[in-house]
Amino acid sequence: MPEKPHVGMPLPRPDGPDKATGRAAYIHDLARPGMLYGKIKFSDQAHARIKRIDTSRAERLPGVMAVITAYNTPEIRIGFIRDNFALKKDKVRQHRDEIAAVAAVDARTAAEAIELISVEYEPLEAVFDPVQALAEGAPLIHEHDARGKPLPDNRLRLGFHHESGDVSAGRRAARHVAEGEFSTPLVQQSCMGTAGCIAEFDGTGNLTMWTKTQIPFLAQRDFNQALSAMGLRGKNTRVIVPALGGGFGSGLDTHAYEYIAILLARRTGRPVKIVYTRDEEFARLSPRQSTRTRISQGCDAEGRLTFRHIEVLQDNGAYTSWGATYPSVMMLPATSLYRVPNIYFDARLVYTNNTYCQAMRGYGNPELNWALESNMDELAEAAGMDALELRKLNCNQPEETTPMGLKVTTCGLSECLESVSEKLAWGEKRGSSKKRGVGMAALFHVGGGGRIYRSDGSGLFLKLDDFANVNVYYGGVEMGQGLHAVLCQMVAESLGVRPDQVFVNPTDTGTCPWDVGTHASRGAFMAGNAAVAACLQMRDKIFELARELYTSEVQKNIRRARKKDPGDEPPAFNFDLAAKRGDFDLRDGMVFPSNAPPDEIFAIDLGRLLRAAHFRQEGQMLAAEVFYDPPTELPDWEKGFGNMSASYAWGAQGAEVEVDTDTGEVKILRLVAAHDVGKVLNPVTIRGQIYGALAQGVGYALYEEIKCDEGRILNPNFRDYKIPTAAEMDFDIDLQFIETNDQAGPFGAKGVGESGMVPTAPAIANAIYDAIGVRLRDLPMTPERVLAALRKRSPGVE
Amino acid sequence: MKELSFEVNGKPVKVMAEDHHRLIDVLRNGLGLTGTKEGCGEGECGACTVIVDGRAVNSCLYPAMEIEGKRVTTVEGLTEPDNRLSALQRAFVEEGGIQCGFCTPGMLMSARALLDENPDPDPQEIREKLMGNLCRCTGYTQIVESIQKAAEYERKK
Repeated sequence: MPEKPHVGMPLPRPDGPDKATGRAAYIHDLARPGMLYGKIKFSDQAHARIKRIDTSRAERLPGVMAVITAYNTPEIRIGFIRDNFALKKDKVRQHRDEIAAVAAVDARTAAEAIELISVEYEPLEAVFDPVQALAEGAPLIHEHDARGKPLPDNRLRLGFHHESGDVSAGRRAARHVAEGEFSTPLVQQSCMGTAGCIAEFDGTGNLTMWTKTQIPFLAQRDFNQALSAMGLRGKNTRVIVPALGGGFGSGLDTHAYEYIAILLARRTGRPVKIVYTRDEEFARLSPRQSTRTRISQGCDAEGRLTFRHIEVLQDNGAYTSWGATYPSVMMLPATSLYRVPNIYFDARLVYTNNTYCQAMRGYGNPELNWALESNMDELAEAAGMDALELRKLNCNQPEETTPMGLKVTTCGLSECLESVSEKLAWGEKRGSSKKRGVGMAALFHVGGGGRIYRSDGSGLFLKLDDFANVNVYYGGVEMGQGLHAVLCQMVAESLGVRPDQVFVNPTDTGTCPWDVGTHASRGAFMAGNAAVAACLQMRDKIFELARELYTSEVQKNIRRARKKDPGDEPPAFNFDLAAKRGDFDLRDGMVFPSNAPPDEIFAIDLGRLLRAAHFRQEGQMLAAEVFYDPPTELPDWEKGFGNMSASYAWGAQGAEVEVDTDTGEVKILRLVAAHDVGKVLNPVTIRGQIYGALAQGVGYALYEEIKCDEGRILNPNFRDYKIPTAAEMDFDIDLQFIETNDQAGPFGAKGVGESGMVPTAPAIANAIYDAIGVRLRDLPMTPERVLAALRKRSPGVE
Repeated sequence: MKELSFEVNGKPVKVMAEDHHRLIDVLRNGLGLTGTKEGCGEGECGACTVIVDGRAVNSCLYPAMEIEGKRVTTVEGLTEPDNRLSALQRAFVEEGGIQCGFCTPGMLMSARALLDENPDPDPQEIREKLMGNLCRCTGYTQIVESIQKAAEYERKK
């Protein structure tokens, strides 16, 4: 029986046709009967006491059904340290604080009503610089923690620290040392589909939320807590995830607008929809964290690293999202990229009156990698070594345990470095030309989930119907990354059916099993491992059924064949004995004994078998369920120790650039990327992940920055906040996938979602240095910054 | 309120609109053609691109009142008469030109307008013509490849 492999093939994504015809329904496209439109009144002060809110004019506007503030609704706290509120009372701490909200019959009326709400403030001294926020006597952003305990300063009580070996000894052992300070900006996730939700209560007080989230089950828990706060203890939320329109980390927390929609829906008794405008998305949703990193590394005379010392200061903004835990991921490269015996890592987080921040692709890794991989080139120069040689000399190897206790199994880093060097023509081009240069940077990231919560689990159900369709229920989110395509392939191949028999159901907490969320490049890894195990279970159940039903079904085949052609005799085969032995196989949706002659007559369509099982006395149905939780540890963040992932992703990227020293403009001539992905599950979707991440990496490197003036965002639109267009991405990109077949991964695969944007910026910075001898330390590397750095290097030369 | 008569995807339509309505409002709310997406409402992202009398336009900047008597093509009008995917749509599905899909309708319309003008564009020209259509997922490479493949399909037809 022939079988085509499905895993590794370019199966088109199953949601492709709906997205190509405009059928895919995003939150923007959904409506509910009787639905109202919600709109939020935001603060226009960064730090101020709220003296008075006058909503009377808004309330009188025809078409307005409800106006709410913190003063006429129950208090709902948000965030994992509960320092944020759905609606703000007493004082505002950032420019985007939610003060009031309305629900109206249409979006236009809601917007008009918001303009009629007036707020009187008493301005407070504010602080926008994280260093100043740490200074003694700085204005306090939060006077108390969530339990009411007074806070003495603006430091967040979250510790991320690692020490191993003896850094002082490592410093003494160093022949060469390089030190540097690096910064990264606020960056907007820039999903093409803006944030939004619909909240709807049923007659018993249970809630349904259609919302743009990456964490449906954690969101359910958050919303249920809000229901308790609203006096609806014991009531439940069903979270349904529509077509997402991009995630990139923006859906890893629940947001004030979601709770406001819930409050408005409760107040009005009608479904309420809130969808952000692009301006709101930029100015009122949380961007990626900004950081300042001080790093020093040293090596001995041969170039072996002797120590690494890193201190990170992260501007948290006014409140705390999961994004505050970026240092949990920074620790990975800080402790484990290259072999370093003596390490100090410390991250401090500080409240300011800036916009509060959240997760974005790579989650701290691009921030740390920017400093680390720029500094590696500085160290190579200090040591008079080639930067590639320094990396190769200190390269990680398979089967090593790193100072953080990360158990590396497979490691394709040296192959990745080699590949990038070859594709860049490193030996020939490095240091060879003025104004043109090549640079590279490596990466280390989680590739087998990331245990940042107590559980890193994913449930998966399979259910077979009368027609041998395989319904897959998985609680993670298809954001566009192609999860459903590779899930179809893995189920088809593991179970033995055609991919077109596999249907992945929309994510819905009411139907799907529990999952911790789609983050940390974990979707395909988790869903795949759960699917492979569920398919094995299902095959056993199918074969158990076949033991009972095969003989009668194959006899039907033979009778039918004889009826058609009385002279037709099947090959000799004792199928009854084979059935009793129960050694079956299932391929392309057909069940047959493993030792059957290769003749169709001995193969039973799986659907026929299932119908026979359903339509009989004491019938049965076939379903399988698996909860996969990888064999990893929740690290102790204050000690910086614990094996948080079941496998680790490696990679290297290289850039060739040309710098115009008159204008400061950096032109990328080519990018090369080599990634240890374990195994390519689908060549089309995996290329899409890396190409897309590279574009975000290019934006991070050269263009993107949310600009603020005293906490107010100055560029809340795509005119002033530039993400790369097709024209900026007009250069050769060479992708190379290194397949190390990791045993922990489904079919050997590792997670790839985030790693593509991790080393792009330092690779480009290192290429710029090679081109013009100028070290850039702040992202993005705009023409102004390039020119300023050139001037600083050669003062007086214009 | 004014009644507008124009053609959408080859069919004449009549729809009521107010002065402040934009073409995207009329398409999405008046006619239920939600395939056209609003990504920014400021003409910066191109998600709302439709074709009016052969030209790709941002429907979020196009006053509804100006559509009277014109011919509009939206993403819903790209499929073959029997609802099969057109060569252009098929190419996007096969080549990975689609990820989250929010920019896809606008991308497809810009690509359609381009291929109608030049059935054999080189990658450079494709990139230039797509400059007004932002995509955050794909990095554009596979979108350019999709359009090249669509051009190839259409030339073979």
